[in-house]
Amino acid sequence: MATLTKQQIGTVLAKQGILIAFAIFMIVFTIANPKFLTMDNLFSVVRSSAILGIMALGVTFVVISGNLDLSVGSMMSFSTIVVLDLHDELGPLLAIPAMFGMTLCLGAFIGFLVGYLRLNSLIVTLGMLSAIHGLTLTYSGGQNMDIADKEGTWFSIFGQGSALGIPMPILIFLGLAAILGIILSKTPFGRKIYAVGGNGTAATFSGIRRARTVFACYLISAFCVATAGLIQASRSLGSQNTVGQGMELEVLAAVILGGASLLGGSGTIFKTVIGVLILGFIQNGLLIMGLEFYVQYVVTWVIIILAVWLDIAAKRGKLWSSIA
Amino acid sequence: MDISMDKGTVSKALKNGAIWGFIVLELIFFSIAGEFMAITDQAFMDIDNMLLLLKQSAPIGIIAMGMTIVMVNGNIDLSVGATFAIAAIVLLDSMTWPIFAGLGDWVIPVSCLLALASGVFFGAINGLIVWKTGVDAFIVTLGSMLGFRGIVFMFNGENPTSHLNWTLVDFAEAEFLGLATASWVLLLVTLAIWFLMARTVHGRNAYAIGNNREAAVNAGIRVGPHMMINFMIIGFLAALSAVVFYAESGSVNPNDGMLYELWVITAVVLGGTKITGGAGNVIGTFGGVLAIQLLRKGLGHIGADTSTVNLVIGLILIAVLFLDRQLNVKGKEELKV
Repeated sequence: MATLTKQQIGTVLAKQGILIAFAIFMIVFTIANPKFLTMDNLFSVVRSSAILGIMALGVTFVVISGNLDLSVGSMMSFSTIVVLDLHDELGPLLAIPAMFGMTLCLGAFIGFLVGYLRLNSLIVTLGMLSAIHGLTLTYSGGQNMDIADKEGTWFSIFGQGSALGIPMPILIFLGLAAILGIILSKTPFGRKIYAVGGNGTAATFSGIRRARTVFACYLISAFCVATAGLIQASRSLGSQNTVGQGMELEVLAAVILGGASLLGGSGTIFKTVIGVLILGFIQNGLLIMGLEFYVQYVVTWVIIILAVWLDIAAKRGKLWSSIA
Repeated sequence: MDISMDKGTVSKALKNGAIWGFIVLELIFFSIAGEFMAITDQAFMDIDNMLLLLKQSAPIGIIAMGMTIVMVNGNIDLSVGATFAIAAIVLLDSMTWPIFAGLGDWVIPVSCLLALASGVFFGAINGLIVWKTGVDAFIVTLGSMLGFRGIVFMFNGENPTSHLNWTLVDFAEAEFLGLATASWVLLLVTLAIWFLMARTVHGRNAYAIGNNREAAVNAGIRVGPHMMINFMIIGFLAALSAVVFYAESGSVNPNDGMLYELWVITAVVLGGTKITGGAGNVIGTFGGVLAIQLLRKGLGHIGADTSTVNLVIGLILIAVLFLDRQLNVKGKEELKV
């Protein structure tokens, strides 16, 4: 033990740094306030992180494939508004698949532009952020959307119900994380995503259809967004047009915090879940300690930069960059 | 990736002129459509209307000039909206500080300088982190977008800060040669950044770094300081934009400036700056800023609401990207052979 070199410590920190940070936070918050480590509180944190978390799962796929998705926030607003509107028009049983269909169409459109036409994903999804926001406003006529009969619908189970004592959003989040985690790490399709993100040219030469893989990643992202929108709609049974505004960057922060590189080719679902939980627990822990909500912004800033910095520093074996 | 500098002169001319062609199209379209659909009797091409348009472009436009040089340099800055809010609060709050009580109206230049200095300071923080840690600018400024916003709240609390200084308002509303103060600032900033990028060593190095960083390093260019200076420039311009805007409005909400980064980046990309760095200029950006503002005003003129504006701008951004790639494909294929 005594002979651990600096390099080795660096590697350990880089590989497990995010878990170590997570543990430290939990310990600090528990010492600061015993209310933090109660079952009620833990549940409430995970439940309130679930919507962000589900979106982060999909974005993880996109980021690993070497692209970005900045449109998830406004897409989530879209699916929330659409499902609430269709709920009263078609009934919940038809509204949900219809909403999933429409959201997947948007995802397919982005996937087509980025995958097949090979346009820059940052700008495409930036454009779609604006375009989908416009679409949502046009659809709703700028009005808030509410379900007429809030008492007599079973639609609320996705956001408010629970099974085996565990709230539904948590079950959906963890269930989806498990499925997507297996797809990503245990299937040929998952390996293709890493290959495309790691080195697109090499992947193409080894026979992987790059365009199709990227397209699929955006479909998965849209599916996750639709699920998040469903939970959001079901939880509140009414919504503004801007419910998901700004979430794209929070989602991205969670994914980056989990250690996925924006260059593509690295990241896992498990680490993204940890990233989401860290954001959620920091928010909750700071509030429980009696600090204002905006302190978390500054803390998140410091943590994101430290996390990414230490990650790169360990890879290059030097703390400071070699930029002259 | 970055070999598009070698593309044919025809497509180059097409590209550089594209945004101005688009503006002309917009003007024609809204003038004709306005005849039939306008809510008011006023013509769209009215000179007062166009001057107002230039003035309203200023807050986004001033920041967009800084974003051009940062993006040409191969970086991006997502924190400009938060820097904008910080500078606005420093400007309005510092005018009421007791230590400046004896200054009378001389507090205005002092407060403006403080606001601008805060912009430069926060830009320098971004630049220093990007330089020294080697973390990608996208991540650094994504983080500082949150962090700076937190600082705004810490400094200001959750309530708006208001302070109307009538001398300052008079200055902001003054007109010189028919142009409002904000328009003048926008034009001067455009000219200054054009000079910086096209006529100085710093500008040339910024292009070189954005085009091929490794080659730039091998050529002996010090990458770090150039990047840091560019982040300080965009911080300064975000603050300047705040000074111009809040001199007139006199009240700042801690959430002001949110999503500005998206508008600014849209304008810059419409203006032909490459997101990967190495190509772009402020004249194109100026066109991009005008095109967006024209679109907003024009759609409003023919009775469309904000939702249509968002939809149209988003789709145009994607269309521009598509056209841009189509124009560049030929040159790339020739080089591959």
